[in-house]
Amino acid sequence: MSDMPIVSPFVPWVPTPNRKRRHVLDLDDFSAAEIIDVLDAATSMKEVLGRSVPQVPILRGRTVVNVFYEESTRTRMSFELAARTLSASTMSMTAKGSSVEKGESLIDTIRTIQALGADIIVIRHGESGAPYLAAQHFKGSIINAGDGRHAHPSQALLDLFTIRERLGELKGLNVTIVGDILHSRVARSNIWGMLRCGMNVTLCAPSTLIGDVRMWQETFPTLKISYDLDAIIPDTDVLMGLRLQKERMQAGLLPALREYSTYFGISQARIDKLPDHAIVMHPGPMNEGVEIMPEAADSPRSVIEAQVTNGVAVRMALLYRLSGEATA
Amino acid sequence: MNERQIMTADEVRRAIARVAHEIGERNGGVQNVVLVGIYRRGIPLAKRIAAAIQQIEGSTVAIGALDITLYRDDLEIRGAATQIQHTNIPVDITGKIIVLVDDVLYTGRTIRAALDALTDLGRPDRIQLAVLVDRGHRELPIRADFVGKNVPTAASEDVAVRLNEVDGGDDAVMITRGAV
Repeated sequence: MSDMPIVSPFVPWVPTPNRKRRHVLDLDDFSAAEIIDVLDAATSMKEVLGRSVPQVPILRGRTVVNVFYEESTRTRMSFELAARTLSASTMSMTAKGSSVEKGESLIDTIRTIQALGADIIVIRHGESGAPYLAAQHFKGSIINAGDGRHAHPSQALLDLFTIRERLGELKGLNVTIVGDILHSRVARSNIWGMLRCGMNVTLCAPSTLIGDVRMWQETFPTLKISYDLDAIIPDTDVLMGLRLQKERMQAGLLPALREYSTYFGISQARIDKLPDHAIVMHPGPMNEGVEIMPEAADSPRSVIEAQVTNGVAVRMALLYRLSGEATA
Repeated sequence: MNERQIMTADEVRRAIARVAHEIGERNGGVQNVVLVGIYRRGIPLAKRIAAAIQQIEGSTVAIGALDITLYRDDLEIRGAATQIQHTNIPVDITGKIIVLVDDVLYTGRTIRAALDALTDLGRPDRIQLAVLVDRGHRELPIRADFVGKNVPTAASEDVAVRLNEVDGGDDAVMITRGAV
C-alpha cells in the first residue's frame, strides 16, 4: 500500500536522495539537503504570512485533518493556520468527544477520516509509533505532530529554521539541549536534524532524566552528554530548554523541583555567561520558574516567540511538499 | 535534436531597448511605473529594461520580483518539486502601473497566476505585460502589451531564452524541436 518503507520508529533508516516524500514521521529519514530545502521553502512561506492578506490558493481543494489524541495549543493552531493560509480545507478531531471514547481503534478512525476525503492527516498521539501505524492504513500523507516520547519533526524543523534565521549557517554551531531529555520527543527529533546539518549537540540533564547513555552513544557516536550546565554554557551558541514533563514524571526521578531549577534552570545569571551572539530557545509550553526563569524567557536572547511564528511557515512548507501528487 | 537560433545577443539588446521606449511612450513617462519580473528570467529582463529606461528617460524605475509557484494550477500534473522563490516587491503596488516582465509568452497560464499573485498584494491602477518572445498557442484570453519578437512555433517545439545573468555566456533565443 505504501511506497515508502515503514519501519519501526526505533530503527533508523538511511535517507535516500531524490525519493519522493510521502510522510513526515521523524527527521531520521531527512538528508541535510532535504532539511535545507524545507527551510528555504519556509522562508518564502514567511513572506506570505507577512502580507496584509496572508493567503495563497495553492492547496485549494485539499483537505488537511488534525487528529489530536493529546492536548496541544500551539502545534494544532499552527498546523490549522498553515493549512488555511495555503487555502486547504481543515477539520479537527480530538480524542475527547469523538468515537475514540466509544472505543474506536486508531486504524478505524484513520479509515473513517480517509473515507471523508482527507489528503493529509496531522496526528498527535501519546503512544510512540502511532503515526507509523496510521501511515500503513492511510492512502494520503501523514505528518507526525508528536508521538509519545518518540518524535516531533515539525518542531525540530521550526527550531532549525529559527536558528538559521538568527545565526546564519547551521554547520559547526554548538547546541546545548538542557532538561527532561528522557521524556522529550522534541529533543529526539532535534538530535537527528541537528547532527544531519553538521551541528555539535550536547545533552545536559541530571542523570535520571538523560535516558540510556549507552543507547545515545551507540546511536549517535558524536553526541556529547554533560551533567554540568555551567561548564558548557560559555561554549554554547544555542541553548535549548525543555519542559519538565510533570505529567509523564514518575516519582523519584527528581528530589525536588527547586534543586533541579538551581542546577539546570535557565536563569539570567546563566544567560549572562553565554557568548554574545547566543540564543535561548524553548518549545513551550514553559514551566516558568522551573526549567526557565521568567526574566530569561523575556530576555533579548530569547527567540521563543519567533519559534511560534516560524512554526506556521515551516508547517506550510511541509504541507506544500507533501501535496505534489494527485490524490485518490 | 534540432536547434536553431532565432535571436542573437544583439537582437535581444535591441528588443529590450525598443520595449523600454514603448513602455515610456504608452504611459507618458515612467513616474508611476513598477517593473515586476517573474521568476526566473523575467527578473534579469526587468533589470535590463529598467537600465534602458534610465538611459532613455533619465529616471529610475522601481523593480520587483514575483514568484508564482503558490498560484499555479498544475500542482496535480507537475508536482511540488519546484523550489519556491521569494516574492519581493519593495513598493506598495496600489495605484501604480505594473509592467509584468517574462521571457516567453506561451499558454498564458503563468501570467494568469501572476495576475492573481499581484492582486493579492494590492490594487494596481493598470497591469501591462512585456515579454521577450511571444510564441503563440494561448490557452487563456491573455495578450502582451510589449513584445520583443513574435515567433510562430509548433507545439512540439521548445523556445529557450538564454540570458547571461542566469545561463552564463552570450544572450540568445533558440528553438528546439523536441522529440514527438
